[in-house]
Amino acid sequence: MSEKTTDTLRLFAEANDEAQKRYVLHLYVTGMLPNSVRAIENIKAICEKYLKDRYELEIIDIYQQPDLALSEQIVAIPLLVKKTPFPPERMIGDLSDIEKVVTVLGLD
Amino acid sequence: MKTPIAKKTTVKDFKFPKSATGIQGLDEIIFGGLPLNRTTLLLGNTGCGKTIMAMEFLVNGIRLFEEPAVFMSFEEKKEDLVLNVKSLGYNLDRLISEDKMYIEQVGINPAEINKTGKYDLEGLFVRLERAINKVGARRVALDSLDKLFNGLDENIMRSEFLRLLNWLKEKEVTSIITSEIGDPFLTRKGIVEYIADCVIVLDNRITNQISTRRLRIVKYRGSVHGNNEYPFTIDESGISVYPLISQEVQQQSSTERISSGIKDLDVMLDKKGFYIGSSILISGTAGTGKTSVATSFAFSVCKARKTCLYCAFEETPNQVIRNMESIGFQLGLFVKSGVLTFYYARPTLQNLELHFMAIRKIILDIKPRVIILDPITNLMTEGPNSDIRSMLTRFVDFLKTQQITVLFTAAITVGSIERNPSDEGISSMVDTWIMVQDIEMDTKRSRSLCIMKSRGMLHSNEVRKFDITSRGITIKPFVEEKNKTIADTRRTAKEQKNLSTSKDNNENNETAR
Repeated sequence: MSEKTTDTLRLFAEANDEAQKRYVLHLYVTGMLPNSVRAIENIKAICEKYLKDRYELEIIDIYQQPDLALSEQIVAIPLLVKKTPFPPERMIGDLSDIEKVVTVLGLD
Repeated sequence: MKTPIAKKTTVKDFKFPKSATGIQGLDEIIFGGLPLNRTTLLLGNTGCGKTIMAMEFLVNGIRLFEEPAVFMSFEEKKEDLVLNVKSLGYNLDRLISEDKMYIEQVGINPAEINKTGKYDLEGLFVRLERAINKVGARRVALDSLDKLFNGLDENIMRSEFLRLLNWLKEKEVTSIITSEIGDPFLTRKGIVEYIADCVIVLDNRITNQISTRRLRIVKYRGSVHGNNEYPFTIDESGISVYPLISQEVQQQSSTERISSGIKDLDVMLDKKGFYIGSSILISGTAGTGKTSVATSFAFSVCKARKTCLYCAFEETPNQVIRNMESIGFQLGLFVKSGVLTFYYARPTLQNLELHFMAIRKIILDIKPRVIILDPITNLMTEGPNSDIRSMLTRFVDFLKTQQITVLFTAAITVGSIERNPSDEGISSMVDTWIMVQDIEMDTKRSRSLCIMKSRGMLHSNEVRKFDITSRGITIKPFVEEKNKTIADTRRTAKEQKNLSTSKDNNENNETAR
């Protein structure tokens, strides 16, 4: 292998690792309804505990942006979507089952 | 001291407002339509037609009442839906582009559902609200519920379902929610019995390898309804439901007469012909000229400018027309002018009931005064006899209420002449029964015609010579010759006996008019 190829491979591997570590999460909620309030609290706690400094959390209120309910195919809510790292995951509920959330997110 | 009891006031004749479906035959059965601004549950097995019925309800709302609609599909893809209803003549693309119809596909993948705690279906409500507001919908369909609830918690499903019904009511939309029948959610929790305002069940069962569709009103809040099953069809014009004939058929027996088209036959029928609205059977062995009698009748009906429907189950319409030309009747003109309509079908492809329903549809369309079924026996090889009998009875009843005169021809085998004629079944049902037979006279083949019965009139009981000439049909008394006895002896003794027995019966009937 030439030097250039190994460099490319190394860069790719590093970028991949980096991407692997960074979590992008979208939480879809319905205003300040109880399930949504709980979900927001829970996800913030989980992110701080398991993903400190390597996460991006976006909280989307479908009352404010109803079009997203269609584009994201939302029926049950609250809905947590893991965009990265691969594979994408979807979870419904107020995230009070922390073990389940951790497992599905692959944080354990 | 007795407290005065307030007098009970009853609201009489309160009619719950309805949303007409526009589906042929259905609104009659459901008291004018589905309950307005309420939800109707439409249940049935796969392929029973619930999606099409829901869609037709929406499309008719747009087409007939300018009520925009929303279709939320949990099962079929939007493109598939549009394509499937295209064959019914609905151009959904156009309705969608005109903002009269909005279709949203709700993708639910139960495998993806990871539950982490409490949730509700507010996402669906948000989408519904958005959809309804988009077009100003007055009608909504959700298809189908079991797909929506697949994999979700039962207690959440129940409370959300109740919430959905109330929500739709507040939105003032009339909705249809479809679901698979026997879904445990619906049956176990008493949804059907207590919560839904209206429940209709569709059924698509297979008997003798032929499928028949049926509809049943399980519940209609505020109304008493029968538990009957109504047959329905789905064809290129959509769904057609066929109401049953009520037990007490209001029959105004007409005393008016209609010519049979054969002068000599009219003479035998009290010089006047058939009663309008009556049923006539012409039976005879193959090739005895039953079709000629039937078509002579059709010809005279058409000549009098009355609409006639000719249902041909053996010969093609062209054959019938050609055969009639050879004896001097030009039917072609009447077909062109629309006075004469042919219904040609090969009975092996569909079952008897479907034929009757198709014919009923045509009858409702063209409103004929006379209908001819030639021959009825081809239809009767399908299905068990009891079914056939009830179907025929219903059909004849239906025609009577419409005051349509019906003529059947029936082929009978030589052997059956020996049996008691009333075993044929149809003969006991009809008002007038004419039998045509082959006889041999000298060396010539000839035919005889005899009126076996004709209710309510004095009729001839003679066996007369029946001839088909190039100038039409003649029915003359047999010439008193020695040849007559030869003709008699050619028949079996039993046949002769049967004819005399019937004649005796007729004589008895004649006196009691």
